[in-house]
Amino acid sequence: MKTDITNIVICGVGGQGIILASNVLCYVAFLEGLDVKKSEVHGMAQRGGSVITHVRFGEKIYSPLIEQGKGDVILSFEKLEALRYIHYLKKKGIVIVNDREIPPMSVLTGAVSYPANIERKLKKSGKTFFIDAAKIALELGNIRAVNIILLGVLSKFLKFKKESWEKAIKENVKEKFAELNIAAFDRGKNIITT
Amino acid sequence: MKSLLSGNEAVARGAWEAGCHVAAAYPGTPSTEILENIVKYPEINTEWAVNEKVALEVVAGACFAGARALAAMKHVGLNVAADPFFTMGYSGVTGGLVIVSADDPGLWSSQNEQDNRHYARHAKVPILEPSDSNEAKLFTKLAFEISEKFDTPVLLRLTTRICHSTCLVDLKKRKEQKIKGYVKDIKKRLMLPAHARLRHIIVEERLKKLEKFSEVFPYNKIEWGKKTLGIITSGIAYQYAKEVFPHASFLKLSLTYPIPENLIKRFARKVKKIIIIEEGDPVLETEIKAIGIKVTGKEKIPLCGELTQNVIAMSFSKKAKAKIKKDKIPPRPPVLCPGCPHRGVFYIINKLKLVTSGDIGCYTLGALPPLSAMDTCVCMGASITNAHGLEKALGEDFSKKLVAVLGDSTFFHSGISGLANAVYNKGNLNLLILDNFTTAMTGHQPHPGTGKLARGEQGKRIPPEDVVKGCGVEFVRIVDPNDLKETETAIKQALEFDGVAVLIFRRPCALLVKPKPSYRIVPELCNGCKLCLRIGCPAISLKFPEDREKPLAVIDHALCTGCGLCTQICNRNAIIAPEQANT
Repeated sequence: MKTDITNIVICGVGGQGIILASNVLCYVAFLEGLDVKKSEVHGMAQRGGSVITHVRFGEKIYSPLIEQGKGDVILSFEKLEALRYIHYLKKKGIVIVNDREIPPMSVLTGAVSYPANIERKLKKSGKTFFIDAAKIALELGNIRAVNIILLGVLSKFLKFKKESWEKAIKENVKEKFAELNIAAFDRGKNIITT
Repeated sequence: MKSLLSGNEAVARGAWEAGCHVAAAYPGTPSTEILENIVKYPEINTEWAVNEKVALEVVAGACFAGARALAAMKHVGLNVAADPFFTMGYSGVTGGLVIVSADDPGLWSSQNEQDNRHYARHAKVPILEPSDSNEAKLFTKLAFEISEKFDTPVLLRLTTRICHSTCLVDLKKRKEQKIKGYVKDIKKRLMLPAHARLRHIIVEERLKKLEKFSEVFPYNKIEWGKKTLGIITSGIAYQYAKEVFPHASFLKLSLTYPIPENLIKRFARKVKKIIIIEEGDPVLETEIKAIGIKVTGKEKIPLCGELTQNVIAMSFSKKAKAKIKKDKIPPRPPVLCPGCPHRGVFYIINKLKLVTSGDIGCYTLGALPPLSAMDTCVCMGASITNAHGLEKALGEDFSKKLVAVLGDSTFFHSGISGLANAVYNKGNLNLLILDNFTTAMTGHQPHPGTGKLARGEQGKRIPPEDVVKGCGVEFVRIVDPNDLKETETAIKQALEFDGVAVLIFRRPCALLVKPKPSYRIVPELCNGCKLCLRIGCPAISLKFPEDREKPLAVIDHALCTGCGLCTQICNRNAIIAPEQANT
């Protein structure tokens, strides 16, 4: 596989706004003139289940799916889901994790417990950043901004222009939420320094 | 101009560009967004049909009138529509007729993994298999042209990874087509045996012409690489194979029935060995082997599940297999949403230990623990008929602990005929219709019970209870599923009733109503008994605080919709409404 391809896995729990985040990312790559493919799941899989979206961009993309062990970044909206898909990460890849635990039903009913040491396991796999996106979203006055905050964090690792990100956000969210989401993106962008 | 489109959006765009006049569908993952996007083009007369058979027959009627018409459905939808599909293969078309089948390898949201490429062979109609959104759009247009040129319906076969993958698509303008108008032609459209016998001969002649066309169809094409390995592939498998074997020679098939025998033979002569990479059944493999070509295929590549680059690589290399290591992680299956109005019904079914004949929809999730309130799920509408059959075999006494459960949209899809059958044959069916005013699982499409039409305009509403009464049911009650006492009493009464009893549990889908403020736990009253966990609400969990002897139930305020079901279960009054918390 060509090395000029960037592979981003976005994962989490159905209903967290993962598809919107992947749409924005996809659109940025498009605006920057790259070939881009994205794959997602709908239907039953979305009802609070585990969700993974693949986004790939570069000069020429064939498969919409990322090969295991070839992901440049895993952007996870939930801790356990980061662990579930960590095998997609390449060696020394980047993991961005929303610092949130959503227990699956088997944990809620007490059949199993939520895995401990997720942080340690993830850090063994790649350069890992835990982000308290909910806290920032609440400061901005809307918990639903979590997904764009996380995209802001991701943007630090990609070489896309600020204008492209802003345009992509505006194209993909309702007009009345555009300003909020751009603010959310800026906050996310400034959380970590690389 | 280029735009980012999913495969489903691309099919909709392709239909529009092709000048399609009429489209119909019943929602089903992964096909749903095709019609949802066609709705955006006012030039196309679009409707949600009550089921796939109806959808196909409606567009077949439009095709009789000389209009270009398209029906879209998921793979199992074509089973429902198989009857008109086969006979339309005989009738042929007047205006172009395209049937889209969206298969679901990997069963992301389906009850089986059938490979609908078999349908093309079975019905003797051509099939096109796009490998990305750009081809999905292009092939939709070509499908209309092939349909009219060869006087045949055309099957456009997508898979989940085509439907729900996005890539760049070239946009073109719409080319208007004239509706030819209706001209009587009974030998073509009235399939009496005498006419159909003649049509069958025409179908076989048509296939011969299509075989020739397949040889020159420009998207059945060879991409030369190294001649040591030749890959024959179609659909999404092409994209995966290109990454796994970047240097091989490829024969990419797009019109995959009838296959281009001579082109395949030419390709085979030039390469040292051939691998056939196809998702699902060995459809191409069987036909290519039958023309005497030695190939490798399903003895290496899995029959079950989706293909991916990894799956293909692992089929041919032990090294690739060894590379993948996975931690054991608690699964996260989908669940009924917080505030879902189905939850109360399943809680009572579980409590009463009933046998539940289930059906297809969000409510199939009631089968999962802790509700565990479903025994069977076969296909749309089968809840009613399976329950009737169980009673036929085991007698009236068994029906005293047996319920059939289906949703409002499924009831209109194929529940009504089963209900009429149960009434007519003097059954003791206990039917629970979970009426949440929508087709929820596929993303909230309207149906006759909602009275809304595809573009959101008002249609004629058909209340399910009127249909039920019209079928001759004497016991009909409308119940609020969020009232557990009422729900339990009503189910018990239905079970006792002699004859068919129908309960309509009516409350809108939780995703369609504004959530109410979250309920709260009073820690002093909670004794950690776990009773509230039995409803399987994702908003309630159990914590083990260090300063407490007993565990404590906790409500996630971001998830709770304030439905109040849990308060009816807690017998210590430890769960309180927000207004109580303030006083």
